[in-house]
Amino acid sequence: MSLTLTAVGYRYVGTSRPALAGIDLTLAPGEVVGVVGANEAGKSTLCLVAAGLAPATIGGRLDGAVTVDGLPTAQAHPYELAQRCGVLFQNPVTQLSGTAPTVWEEVAFGPRNLALPLTEVVGRVDDALAALAIAELAERDPARLSGGQAQLVALASVLALRPAYLILDEPTSQLDPQGTRLVGEALSRLVAGGGTGVLLTEHKTDLLWGLAGRVVVLDGGRAALSGAAHAVLADDRLAAWGVEPPGRVRLARTAEAAGVALPELAA
Amino acid sequence: MNGIALATAGLGYVYGDGTRALEAVDLRVAAGEHLAIIGQNGSGKSTLVRHFNGLLRPTEGEVLVDGMPARQHHVAELARLVGLAFQNPDRQIFAGRVRTEVAFGARNVGASSAELEVRVREALTAVGLQGSEDVNPYDLGYSRRKLLSLASILAMRTPAVILDEPTTGQDARGVARVGDLIRALGEAGRTVIAISHDMRFVAETFPRLVVMRAGAVVLDGPPAEVFGEPNWATLASTFLEPPLSARVAARLGLAGVATEADLISAVTRRARESEGALPEGA
Repeated sequence: MSLTLTAVGYRYVGTSRPALAGIDLTLAPGEVVGVVGANEAGKSTLCLVAAGLAPATIGGRLDGAVTVDGLPTAQAHPYELAQRCGVLFQNPVTQLSGTAPTVWEEVAFGPRNLALPLTEVVGRVDDALAALAIAELAERDPARLSGGQAQLVALASVLALRPAYLILDEPTSQLDPQGTRLVGEALSRLVAGGGTGVLLTEHKTDLLWGLAGRVVVLDGGRAALSGAAHAVLADDRLAAWGVEPPGRVRLARTAEAAGVALPELAA
Repeated sequence: MNGIALATAGLGYVYGDGTRALEAVDLRVAAGEHLAIIGQNGSGKSTLVRHFNGLLRPTEGEVLVDGMPARQHHVAELARLVGLAFQNPDRQIFAGRVRTEVAFGARNVGASSAELEVRVREALTAVGLQGSEDVNPYDLGYSRRKLLSLASILAMRTPAVILDEPTTGQDARGVARVGDLIRALGEAGRTVIAISHDMRFVAETFPRLVVMRAGAVVLDGPPAEVFGEPNWATLASTFLEPPLSARVAARLGLAGVATEADLISAVTRRARESEGALPEGA
């Protein structure tokens, strides 16, 4: 059971330059893999490819293989992938259905389309809203949410599908520090249950430090480095790849350069 | 171009559905001043700044733009004075080409065609999008569309600039670029208000921070003061945490620290003092 990318390359329609090249990646239920990199390094493309939306839905050319629990995404039907992979796009406004009168109905949209019994739909929606502490938004109009609220609602709508693999493209980009913490905690709980694997792209390396087991650095569409999260996030080359190191790594380095000892950072 | 003063007096705002977003906000921003507004999602930050360019009109109290009550200005006049870049670039972008997008606002505030070209070039250079003039904005990634939306506001050359979460979705270089362009606006003497959730970014970029909670201003001062230990309870009440440098400083018993540079110099000063050498500057 895993989501596996083997020697994956990808080109968008009408372009000659590969957006991804030579990517090998495995995501198993029960783990969090973080993806970092400068803008345009291929993070969002990796999400589309991992979820099977590229090339199946948006075209383009895929090299190598992407399989979800052994099923090659290139040949899979969208409904087969949708039950295994949940995707959160970078801009939450793109994600919302635009047809639901309330946040509750918006989050219920996915589960209803899985033809689940109503009691199951209700349970899933309520659980997803509670996990992100947005139960009080249930009756609100999805079109009238703040950027941060819309992002949490979009994430809740993906959580309610309860996919084995969650693919999240910068899920906290519009969130305040509290919202970011909540998402981190909700994902940690979910993954600790053992049934879900999470692949997420993030600029907030502080969040990944506490959440991800492994981290991949993308640079120009290639995996420049991958490995255990703390080792990758403390790598000296991170800034050169356009990635902000976690606060503690950065501060320790600044202190060292200034010849100042800061043992407090370890606490 | 010099900045203009912005102010609110007893500003209150209640949305049509009865949601109260602002209550009795008194905020004075001097001409050329730079400040960041922080606070949790839904604390009223965006609602507050939208009053300065007339997108929202107060339900209570007064908004002053360049000393004049905003209600006496037409929205078109306010647009010449206050540029506002939205949080979500896709709510702002409409043109089919980057060049047209950036020129639109500038043309509408009266820039001549010859001047437009210069303004567009300068604005795109400031955000690092030079060379993308003929690209369709939707062929740019989200983070670059965000930078494009900032460029469109810069090209209007308004005396006051308001940036709603300008660093959202930016990588390390993008964040540094946004910081640089804010500092450049400062050197040009223009008034800047930014909304941000990035505590380290605001501590390093702005001399004044305003903290909002439930539609009201609860703290207002320099970063080292706002992030000081006496204010931690207030910050926590709107779910904010001081930047790492301030937290480490508190553990070391050092006050007046908001940035990494503050922390390093405070630690260095103390080490020197404890060695018996003369304190710096003595």
